Amino acid sequence: MAIEVLKAGLATTVQDLGRPGHYDVGIPLSGAMDRFALRVANMLVGNDEGAAALECVFMGPSLRFSTDALVAVTGAELPPKLDGVPRPTWTSFAVAAGQVLSFDYLRRGARAYVAVAGEIDVPLVLGSRSTYALGALGGLEGRALKAGDVLPVGLPGGAASVGQSVADDLRRGSQTATALRMMPGLYHHRVTPDSLDGFFADAWAVAPEADRIGYRFRGGRPLAFVDRRPPFGAGSDPSNIVDSCYPYGSIQVPGGTEPIVLHRDAVSGGGYFMLGTVISADMDFIGQLQPHAKVQFTPVTMDEALAARRERQATLDRVRKAMGAPIEGSDTARLAP
Amino acid sequence: MTARYSFGGDEHVFVEVSEEMSLGAFFKSLSLCRALKESAIRGVTEICPANASLQVKFNPDVIAPDDLLAEIEALEAATATVDPTLQTRIVEIPVLYDDPWTRETLMRFRERHQYPSGTDLDYAARINGYSDAASFIAAHAGSPWFVSMVGFVAGLPFMYQMVERARQIEVPKYLRPRTDTPKLTVGHGGCFGCIYSVRGAGGYQMFGITPMPIYDPRQEIGYLKELMTFFRPGDIVKFKSVTREGYEEAVRDVEAGRFEPLIRPVTFDLRSFERDPVATNTDIEGVLHGH
Repeated sequence: MAIEVLKAGLATTVQDLGRPGHYDVGIPLSGAMDRFALRVANMLVGNDEGAAALECVFMGPSLRFSTDALVAVTGAELPPKLDGVPRPTWTSFAVAAGQVLSFDYLRRGARAYVAVAGEIDVPLVLGSRSTYALGALGGLEGRALKAGDVLPVGLPGGAASVGQSVADDLRRGSQTATALRMMPGLYHHRVTPDSLDGFFADAWAVAPEADRIGYRFRGGRPLAFVDRRPPFGAGSDPSNIVDSCYPYGSIQVPGGTEPIVLHRDAVSGGGYFMLGTVISADMDFIGQLQPHAKVQFTPVTMDEALAARRERQATLDRVRKAMGAPIEGSDTARLAP
Repeated sequence: MTARYSFGGDEHVFVEVSEEMSLGAFFKSLSLCRALKESAIRGVTEICPANASLQVKFNPDVIAPDDLLAEIEALEAATATVDPTLQTRIVEIPVLYDDPWTRETLMRFRERHQYPSGTDLDYAARINGYSDAASFIAAHAGSPWFVSMVGFVAGLPFMYQMVERARQIEVPKYLRPRTDTPKLTVGHGGCFGCIYSVRGAGGYQMFGITPMPIYDPRQEIGYLKELMTFFRPGDIVKFKSVTREGYEEAVRDVEAGRFEPLIRPVTFDLRSFERDPVATNTDIEGVLHGH
């Protein structure tokens, strides 16, 4: 079976849970920016949670199905329509052969996930079907979809049914985040304590330059640096360091003015200081921020970060239980008993 | 050189071996990465060496962050006495310096440059004390370089020139980054050389272009079929200046699937390099040409 792309949407890509293991040669994880939403979309159509689906940004594609299919849309509130008739989000629905799935305008969030029973069956590259557009790798020919593309779909294996739905309180990330929790560290000693306090106190608006590589923010006060003699190899700007690795979620502030939070298609390293890292539990929320949305960065401890991580995991487990999905294959491998 | 540790959120440990770049700092970072790989600590999912630092990605559901920190610190102590030799390989990279493509690109972004009236090569030659671009190119191609980090984008090598610090080429980055850089541009920023593996944005000065692909996401090129990225941290690179004809011929060879990079295994000894860099480099380069 196959899906014909009639309209591509703004930047629709094939994504699964990514390809770990190659960051040391500059190939990032990639995969869904909102991993929770991807997992739930897949569960709703009976796929493995890590199956490949479509990530749609701001604007949905228009897709014609060659055969009957089971579909679910999660993440951003981007209302699906089947031959023009509205269908609910976070709920599985049937598509008949020849029908066209399109989308109404975006109501909330930024990225919707469209899962199809059987998954989007593009070739595995380094163990993943995710698109890494900067490296022309994975997905459909290493790029975002365009009109005229044909997406292969695998054979449905799960036992999902039409009308499966997720309770409102389990639709994690459907409310826009106003705070991103982060752990100060890395090179935060490069800025003055007062300046760091200002960074946490200010509201930061998402800049138009926000994509899968990273989200840029502006609107807060510029940072003041601690004086130093530039270390050999670092460069002369006070925000420069000897090029190092960049953690996913790390917050770099080139020139001390506009913070950039790196995301799933992160550049793996570079020469700008970072003042900390957004915690794993809040990474999904970033992918749902629209341009101009305002957030504050809230410093937390490791213990608080781990508690937030467990909370996210518990929500995922509640969804699994509600849908009769297996608890294994969790986002995080579990400790042996 | 005692490392500085910091958590990068709840999934990364960042280890800064040294605030400033040196071959010794790179060596220590690489040794620690290798020791980490060998010890296969449960919960560790990725180990990324960088120029003078490294990063470990881990799953905090499998190993408590403080336990991991203690394990890395113990390995750091254990590797402090490790024999500073490296079994690696030396690769010859052909370069067409002052090529038409980077020249066209640098002219297009001249208003973002410190020295709008000349080329990037002219500028780099001048501020590094060379009389002209030709003598600068001779220096650039005259000594080997250590690949001290691979990243930024897929397969891009950061390279550290293997000469004493006083002779190292240093140039600032563009005042504002370009939005375009030709694929396979040989560039330089700060004390680091690089080869752009893909076309895209960039801030390094541009000196030339290599015909040798270093990243092939389709895995069709013979020497990139197994691994789509060519470089690994610890590789040694020697640039070879080629003419336009030599460049075109290499491009034809790549297209016909008969280009084979010149690669030789080599042992690098940090102590011997620190004692006599010139003699050590001569020995290493000799390996390339079968001496």
